[in-house]
Amino acid sequence: MTGDHNAAGHRAPEHRAPRLSVTGHGHGASGRFIEAVDLSLSFGSTPALRGASLGVAKGEIVAVMGPSGSGKSTLLHCLAGILVPSAGEVHFNGMRLDRLSDDKRSALRRGRFGFVFQSGQLVPELTAEENVALPLLLSGMRRGPAMAAARTWFPTLGLDGLESRRSGELSGGQAQRVALARSLVAEPEVLFADEPTGALDSMSGELVMNLLVGAAREQGTTVVLVTHDARVAAYADREVVVRDGTVGTLTGAKP
Amino acid sequence: MSVPLTLLGLLERGPSHGYDLKRDYDAYFGQGRPLRYSQVYATLSRLARDGKAVAGPVEQGAGPERRRYIITDEGVADVEKWLAEPAPPEPDLQSELFAKVVLALILGKHAGNYLDVQRAAHLQRMRELTEFKRQGGTLDVLLADHALYRLEADLRWIDHTAARLDMIARTVQGQS
Ligand SMILES: Nc1ncnc2c1ncn2[C@@H]1O[C@H](COP(=O)(O)OP(=O)(O)OP(=O)(O)O)[C@@H](O)[C@H]1O
Ligand SMILES: [Mg+2]
Repeated sequence: MTGDHNAAGHRAPEHRAPRLSVTGHGHGASGRFIEAVDLSLSFGSTPALRGASLGVAKGEIVAVMGPSGSGKSTLLHCLAGILVPSAGEVHFNGMRLDRLSDDKRSALRRGRFGFVFQSGQLVPELTAEENVALPLLLSGMRRGPAMAAARTWFPTLGLDGLESRRSGELSGGQAQRVALARSLVAEPEVLFADEPTGALDSMSGELVMNLLVGAAREQGTTVVLVTHDARVAAYADREVVVRDGTVGTLTGAKP
Repeated sequence: MSVPLTLLGLLERGPSHGYDLKRDYDAYFGQGRPLRYSQVYATLSRLARDGKAVAGPVEQGAGPERRRYIITDEGVADVEKWLAEPAPPEPDLQSELFAKVVLALILGKHAGNYLDVQRAAHLQRMRELTEFKRQGGTLDVLLADHALYRLEADLRWIDHTAARLDMIARTVQGQS
């Protein structure tokens, strides 16, 4: 993610979302844990989102599908507070995420969200287990317990014996599983995953999805999962399809 | 899938009564559609007639079912040949999906809506199969995976078709 996205987002919005008052606490305008209303965002002259709306209930696992370039990653980044839409509203747990200061949004991301992206997310200077322990260390846990917690993930992920490798010494699929462990180790309230199995063969993809869904259900984690792989999407509770920057709901609950 | 060759294959394990063959067939391959006894016995007599199996001697005290069937060398050879040859990789062009899309386009209707609901139905089924897999045993997983990969193939076709619908519509309407 580049740093110039906010500037790029300051285009005249095509239409403004209706003003919704922030409800007390706990949930967004419609009572959903995460609620995006009528999001628009352009990169230069390229509109990426054009009135995209999506509600996600607490503990729900939602797959976001759709053609390449339709705006899936952009939507995910807006929901996660990485990008700020030029129009529309993002509610998280009753807060207007898009109105928070940069500092507050970063704190929220660090404290309550987990992320797993397609590739290139491990810190190359750190070992695999240090990478997994990173969120715990950043939240102030002492090194001993953090490393111990990190190590428990390796056997379940089929990564036994790779604890002290650096990311350059791991295969793409192994690095991806390390990144998944890192995204879940601090038990985030929401896990944002963008093509988490994109670089994996079907066996490791299945391993990763079983783990991700298993951990999410156990911890009550809400998951927003971008994927173009229907077999991966089938692990979710429901799917939405993004087309041309808007979200069409096909199954499950109403938006 | 060939019922006679599958039964013959089960028979290759050793002489069996029709009842045991039916039970094992249903357990492995029935998928909720068990064979009828009459179908099993009719198949076994045909296999015997064709020299793929022989009926054993009538047994005393063996219940209503009096004889076991034994596979012949010819039967063994048939099973071996069948197991080694690929099933025809049929593109299944006459499927309902294809028919509905083309018919909708011929009639000038918006096939995109149909593709959307079909897509949702496919994914719903894939979710059920995935859940089934998460709880099932090894053979359940094997079976569910096969269904999942086929549904996935359909879905890819659905997405590919949805993306080219305008172009296809022009061609189809130009033809009619
Ligand atoms: N940083 C950026 N700068 C300029 N344009 C961008 C940027 N990020 C995305 N876009 C454009 O915005 C649109 C939506 O992109 P986005 O990454 O959200 O698509 P996507 O649905 O995730 O696609 P894919 O499946 O290929 O990952 C595309 O047209 C893309 O080219
Ligand atoms: Mg993307």
